[in-house]
Amino acid sequence: MEKILDCMGMACPLPVIHAKKAIESFTEDGTLTVKVDNDTAVQNLTRLGEHNGFAVSSSQPGEKEYLVSMQVKAGAGKKPAEVPADAISCAVPEKGGKVVVLSGDTMGSGDEKLGKKLMKAFVFALTSQDVLPEKVICYNRGAFLTTEDPDTVKDLKSLAEAGTVIMTCGTCLDYYGLKEKLQVGIISNMYDIAEALMNASSVIRP
Amino acid sequence: METEAKLTRLASCAGCGAKVGAGTLSKLLQDFKTHTDSRLIVGFDKSDDACVYKINEETALIQTVDFFPPIVDDPYLFGQIAAANAISDIYAMGGEPRLALNLLCAAEQMKEEWIREILRGGYDKAYEAGVIISGGHTIRGSDPLYGLSVTGFGDPAHILQNSGAEAGDILILTKPLGIGILTTAAKAELISGDLMEKIYKQMAALNRDACSVMKKYNVHSCTDVTGFGLMGHSCEMAQGSGCTIHLVTGKIPYHEEAYEYADMGLVPAGAYRNREFAEHDTEIRGTVSRTLQDILYDPQTSGGLLMAVPESEASSLLAELQDTVPCACEVGFVTEREEKALVLEGSR
Repeated sequence: MEKILDCMGMACPLPVIHAKKAIESFTEDGTLTVKVDNDTAVQNLTRLGEHNGFAVSSSQPGEKEYLVSMQVKAGAGKKPAEVPADAISCAVPEKGGKVVVLSGDTMGSGDEKLGKKLMKAFVFALTSQDVLPEKVICYNRGAFLTTEDPDTVKDLKSLAEAGTVIMTCGTCLDYYGLKEKLQVGIISNMYDIAEALMNASSVIRP
Repeated sequence: METEAKLTRLASCAGCGAKVGAGTLSKLLQDFKTHTDSRLIVGFDKSDDACVYKINEETALIQTVDFFPPIVDDPYLFGQIAAANAISDIYAMGGEPRLALNLLCAAEQMKEEWIREILRGGYDKAYEAGVIISGGHTIRGSDPLYGLSVTGFGDPAHILQNSGAEAGDILILTKPLGIGILTTAAKAELISGDLMEKIYKQMAALNRDACSVMKKYNVHSCTDVTGFGLMGHSCEMAQGSGCTIHLVTGKIPYHEEAYEYADMGLVPAGAYRNREFAEHDTEIRGTVSRTLQDILYDPQTSGGLLMAVPESEASSLLAELQDTVPCACEVGFVTEREEKALVLEGSR
């Protein structure tokens, strides 16, 4: 697998962010080459490669043109413990501003087991929508969806990779003792949650 | 989310990281004609934080200016940080800030409401510091910029220059490092809200309390750690004082999250410029990881005060500092000039 990334004209930290995403997309071993126009980016990309344990080399074909190549090992760069919040939402195009609120770990009222099953199915179904939500906000028992439930964590991660911001209420994580277990997205506070809801074009509650 | 202010997206580099390198600057200023005046106690030549002009035996005027592009998206917060950073130069000279003038460059895309919020941040911070903003100058331009020109007063006999450190002094730093790296990570939207809150608070915090404690002691030298990073500012202090500064890496306070981000390549360009400036006059003893070095070279926005105090007074100064400035730490010591101006004492 070979990938070439053109990051000419980009200042730090953008080349690193793009390269990080590219590394995560490698399904087999291969070479990632990043084209940049400044020395800081060369040094930072070298860091990123070495950080992941890849062999890195760089060259300067033109006065303001540098190539950084790294031998990517597939599956690397996905070490969630390293980065507290893995939701990279920079340079995400506008998506119509839909916000999904997950205020519990069940869907609908009735049998709890059924409710949990429905919630898993709903989160999975979200990932296959044509228009993805701009944000998913998890609070109260919704905090279990970004921490304890491997199925919803997996689906929310793929939403995050597609640019959806996953926010989990910090107070709720604290309350349920889940703060160390956050698997996807960012820890948020009530101010940010209120702002996200106020600014949403529509709020969806399953 | 269109109404949300994304100030940092309008700027090409952030905060004090935008500062032109110390090396470039001294080259630029070479051979310029200036008048001499015996009452100008601190001028151009010493690359100090502010200039100082002795009005009479009791009073010296201290003058400084500082401005930079947005380091945070929230305009009100940006205003506070820029003001705290500008006022800090007066504290670093051991003075009392009194008057200030706004310097503002408004980019086309900025809403009037954001401009107002930036200014409100500046006024609120100035108010907290007891400073009166008495005017200013606002222009339109491509990048947003904000800062203050600040005037303060001090006792001419007790002005704290960055060139007064003496062998035997202990070095104390009042704010933890890593701000440049963490704001770079924040720009990449990689850091948690809690951590962001913590570093924003740190940047907006005035160095007033640190300064008022410092003035009770026989401190020899002081500077604030900003764009040139701990390494750059220490290097200037050592060179100006004609001695060698030893920074002991195990003691230096930094935000531990910055280590991870630096290691993965989120190092601001300013850190590399600072390395270029200070590296040739630095000796490393023992091992100091490259990543830790990045943190020591990292440009700080509205950083802490770095003070050199005689060893006999260091522990009581530190103890009193820690009452109001809990992050204050001993970071190193000063010796007679050795081969290099700066020695990094790593782990062995």
